[in-house]
Amino acid sequence: MAQLEIRNVTRCFGDLIAVDNVSLNVEAGEFFTLLGPSGCGKTTLLRMIAGFDLPDSGQILLDGKDLANIPAEKRPIHTVFQSYALFPHMTVAENISFPLRMARRSKAEINKMLHVALEQVHLTDKASAYPHELSGGQNQRVALARGLVNRPLLLLLDEPLGALDAKLRQEMQIDLINLQREVGITFVFVTHAQVEALALSHRIAVMDQGKIVQVDEPAKLYSFPKTRFVADFIGHINQFEAQVVKPSHGHLCLAISGLGEIIAPPLEGVVAGDKGVFAIRPEQVRISAHSELTELKNHFSGVVHDLLYRGEVSLYKVKLANGAMNEALLPNSAPGRAELFEVGDTVNLGWRHDAGIFFHD
Amino acid sequence: MHRGPRLWAAALAVYAFLYVPIAIIIAYSFNDSRLNAEWVGFTWHWYKVLLHDHDMLVAAGNSLFIALVSSLVATVLGTMAGIAIQRYNFTLLNFMVLMPVAMPEILLGVSLLLFFIQVLNLTLGMLSIVLAHITFSIGFVAVIVRARLAGLDESIFEAARDLGASPWETFRYVTFPLILPGVIAGGLMAFTLSIDDFVITFFTAGVGLSTLPLHIYSMIKIAVTPEVNAISTLLILLTLTMIALASKFTSNALLKKP
Ligand SMILES: Nc1ncnc2c1ncn2[C@@H]1O[C@H](COP(=O)(O)OP(=O)(O)O)[C@@H](O)[C@H]1O
Ligand SMILES: [Mg+2]
Repeated sequence: MAQLEIRNVTRCFGDLIAVDNVSLNVEAGEFFTLLGPSGCGKTTLLRMIAGFDLPDSGQILLDGKDLANIPAEKRPIHTVFQSYALFPHMTVAENISFPLRMARRSKAEINKMLHVALEQVHLTDKASAYPHELSGGQNQRVALARGLVNRPLLLLLDEPLGALDAKLRQEMQIDLINLQREVGITFVFVTHAQVEALALSHRIAVMDQGKIVQVDEPAKLYSFPKTRFVADFIGHINQFEAQVVKPSHGHLCLAISGLGEIIAPPLEGVVAGDKGVFAIRPEQVRISAHSELTELKNHFSGVVHDLLYRGEVSLYKVKLANGAMNEALLPNSAPGRAELFEVGDTVNLGWRHDAGIFFHD
Repeated sequence: MHRGPRLWAAALAVYAFLYVPIAIIIAYSFNDSRLNAEWVGFTWHWYKVLLHDHDMLVAAGNSLFIALVSSLVATVLGTMAGIAIQRYNFTLLNFMVLMPVAMPEILLGVSLLLFFIQVLNLTLGMLSIVLAHITFSIGFVAVIVRARLAGLDESIFEAARDLGASPWETFRYVTFPLILPGVIAGGLMAFTLSIDDFVITFFTAGVGLSTLPLHIYSMIKIAVTPEVNAISTLLILLTLTMIALASKFTSNALLKKP
């Protein structure tokens, strides 16, 4: 039995269906992420789990018990808010021990648990500071410690890293993974940042307009997106209008207008003439000087249109014969930028016949 | 640059217009003469007279009592109103609570008088004055408390509940400590407004009961003696103290940090 079960939950605000018939299972000890563009209903779903809002229909169960009649303060579920929501008139220690006091724990117990929590988030020396005296990253850790200290069954985190700068964010991601492993508490993490979701989660549920579109492990989600929305939302992907020529077993032969035929991985249930979109990740596209790469089944020539230097990689935007843009990533493994191609160069693009994915309309 | 001196002159004129009369009142309260005409010499005499003026002391006692009771009640009710307005964003309630703040005093005085006599059938006196003062003070307290709440991150109240606090505990440990500066500032404000209110008190006092402002008014109908200057000076002192205290708490109340 899953620890958290969400069964056909729907929540409407007037005409807007913010959460649309969502069903999910989250296992005990899992780092589970709700990922989706802003406004897709993530916070609304989280608020119903926390008990600040009630579903219009459907059920939410924790360890098999329906939460419908349990108010927020009685649920063994704590939340880390995006704004941290620290109590400004309390010190770090008072903030963190608040849930322990509310649970009527003994003085000795409170001191012991507070001590452990402060150590876990490396804030022992800031115990008597006030939130406004701390940095954003430190406040973030106070909020995390406060959420975890009373050992809830479930910790909900609503875009907790959203307000941090990029470098701190990355450090906090690593801290978060370690902390979750250490305490073993189930995390339900909400974010609209796909990189963060991929890096942190055991499993990810992708949401779009109130619906869950796919639930999978990060690598599966990235490599085998079930819909174009997922493919496009998780990372970047090149897309071409395509038509099935021949679905022979083992592979798929597709026609791309203005370019010619390509070989793609097989897909069940398509027949010749089906229309759709062929999509391929930029890092799967190889880029090379003219007339190379001809050993690959899929190769086209094009002209470098744009070049974006990103530090670890360079992104080439190549214009193909049919006018479509195709992106290819090249790691900058040599010192400096690997100055292979310049804007205007004619290059060859190619990818393996088992790379890419076809989405049937 | 060229406007400098003229601007200064204008400002000076305005300040003089505001403060010279007050300065004169204070100065003549120490004047050793029956008349507010020319300076004779320094004396505490008029303050001693004040201490032995029975009617004046009774009026002062009434004023203090009314101010204390009405400001306490208005603070409690105004705080609750401020919280309710902020939390439920209830426009009608907002309007109803703030109305007495903006309404002309004379209108409020007349309508309260009619309400007490014709609807409640109340004998005018201490009770009617206290009720009237509570009525016009609530709005001020509510405004200050609400401003304090508006400066706070609303999710801290949800956070308190989320972490296991009952609604009462949320109020006791989170809401109340955070709005306390606003509550105190509002209370001081209500006290100040009550102690020097004339118009509304005049309408709701009835006969036989006097407050300090009413008593002073009745005295100057006969003659402006330096005793009036002395009591005015004390009243100014009290009011200034209250305003200074209130503004100290208000500036704290409007800051986000504790
Ligand atoms: N209390 C509310 N009243 C009306 N509409 C709401 C309310 N809360 C959220 N919404 C709407 O529901 C949709 C989903 O919001 P939300 O759950 O906050 O999205 P997310 O957290 O994914 O950005 C949005 O269109 C939002 O405007
Ligand atoms: Mg949100």
